[in-house]
Amino acid sequence: MRAAVRLAAWAYAIAVYGFIFLPVVVLVLFSLQATSFPIPPFTGPSLRWYQSVLSDARLTSALVNSILVAVLSSLASVTLGFLSAWGFARFVLPGSALLRGLITLPLTVSYLIIGMGLLVLFNWAGVPKSLLAAGIGHVVINLPLCFAIIYSQMGDHQINIERAARDLGAAEWKVLLLITVPVMAPAIFAGFFLSMTFSWDEFVISFLLTRFETTLPVEIWNLLRSGLNPKTNAVGSLVFAVSIVLVVFFELTLLRRKPA
Amino acid sequence: MSAPLVDIRNVSHRFGQLAVLKSVSLAIEPGSYTILLGPSGSGKTTLLSILGGFVTPSEGKVLIRGQDCTAVPPAKRPTTTVFQDYALFPHMSVGGNVGFGLRMQGVDGATRAAKARDALALVGLAAAFDKKPHQLSGGQRQRVALARALVIEPAVLLLDEPLGALDLKLRRQMQDELKAIQKRVGTAFIHVTHDQEEAMALADHCVVMNDGRIEDEGPPERVYARPATRFSATFMGESTILAGTVTEARNGIVTASTPVGPISVPGPSPAGAKIALAIRPEHLVLGEAKGDVALGTATVGDVVFQGSFKRVLAASALDPALQFIAKAPASATVQAGDTTAVSCNAQDIILLAV
Repeated sequence: MRAAVRLAAWAYAIAVYGFIFLPVVVLVLFSLQATSFPIPPFTGPSLRWYQSVLSDARLTSALVNSILVAVLSSLASVTLGFLSAWGFARFVLPGSALLRGLITLPLTVSYLIIGMGLLVLFNWAGVPKSLLAAGIGHVVINLPLCFAIIYSQMGDHQINIERAARDLGAAEWKVLLLITVPVMAPAIFAGFFLSMTFSWDEFVISFLLTRFETTLPVEIWNLLRSGLNPKTNAVGSLVFAVSIVLVVFFELTLLRRKPA
Repeated sequence: MSAPLVDIRNVSHRFGQLAVLKSVSLAIEPGSYTILLGPSGSGKTTLLSILGGFVTPSEGKVLIRGQDCTAVPPAKRPTTTVFQDYALFPHMSVGGNVGFGLRMQGVDGATRAAKARDALALVGLAAAFDKKPHQLSGGQRQRVALARALVIEPAVLLLDEPLGALDLKLRRQMQDELKAIQKRVGTAFIHVTHDQEEAMALADHCVVMNDGRIEDEGPPERVYARPATRFSATFMGESTILAGTVTEARNGIVTASTPVGPISVPGPSPAGAKIALAIRPEHLVLGEAKGDVALGTATVGDVVFQGSFKRVLAASALDPALQFIAKAPASATVQAGDTTAVSCNAQDIILLAV
């Protein structure tokens, strides 16, 4: 009886992890396929599809665009998120709880709604579809995230540290730059890397808000329209690898706590 | 007579509806060590925050070196604060911490490092220059905070319960060092505490606060020996308090009826006035060796051995609500349940208006 339960537990664990990771394993495996179709039998390993991805000008320029959008939008998100977190943590504002709720609200709204909303707004305001528009969209989704992470780490124990700096003659911007930012660095980096991850993977908003120059997920979607081939697997594997690196950075910066 | 270094004029402060300071006036002399002593909620910390510029008072003025600093921000006033939790910058080295104030003044790196080293040497931490705050013990962090505040040569150094987080032994040791450092640098120190022993050991000028007001101020010897109010008689050291009414006042001698009989002491109170008589524990005499004022007999309730003496609580036989607090020699044989005569000398009785 007990053995049966153990067996069932193992089977369940394998099923769960298989369900989560099998698609990724299959994706990566068939990106190494030597022949032209990503279906069994496996004929590799071969790096020809990776070579093909990297020599495809459209894909590489989309890759550069994605990096650009991810880095710049994350920088904007983390800067704005930090400033708003600082404002909420340090000043008594009328309706503070309500305003904090509003700033984190986009976290619960679907990307499709945000994307469509921005599309209508940009249309009306005369902002053309572009990487800039997509970047703004990514700031909209990532700012609340950065705010929430940084605000949660901004405790009262830093108030006296900031006071001490002011007391020793530091102007307000110096207090922020020399004291608050370095003390909050783990949360700031965590917000930055998580924003990078989300921006890097993001499809719907980029799809709606870009036209000629676009990001990698949208380019992959274009590629998929002409049917599956190992090249899509290869570029997918590359995207996945970058995401893994970013998540590892996020975990390292947020979870590594030094005693104060 | 020179103008005081710090002049606090009729300062009141309210947090919402709550009045935490009620028209406080206080003058601080250059080079003095002032202690603000009081229980929590007495307004002492608020007064210190007002001096540091972290709080702008609802009413009144603060003058430092003759200049109106009431609404001057902390960065621009000649005060520095040693915070209760030290508030060291965790990401900077000890040298970086101590040099921070000079860096804000635009002092170059080499001068800064030299001055920071001098300040660390002053507090006995010359070797810690390159360490990080988290590598130091509580007492060492306290010294770094002190060096950091002193290095920019403030007119007034403010200390917010600086010894509160240290254990007793370290506290007494740091207490002696604080006093020595203050004498060496000659800066005026204003130090907030609720520990009356700390106050007596450190203060040149002791300010007793209660409920947003200054109850008493002066040299600690005077405040202890001749407290101005009932509050300071019980907060700065212990006292036995006898409530009474003046029955006769003649030639500067007041006779009052008390629960233990009539007592005559020198004083100005008029007949009919309600008064309180305070007697310090070391002035109460238990047993046969009589003082010149008899206070009746009492039943010993509690004897606590405190090393060099025994603290005795005894209830008066004439009024069981009256508790005598006495200090008996360590060799005394007094025990709980004993009945003993209580007396004192008239000159040791402190007359307080109620």
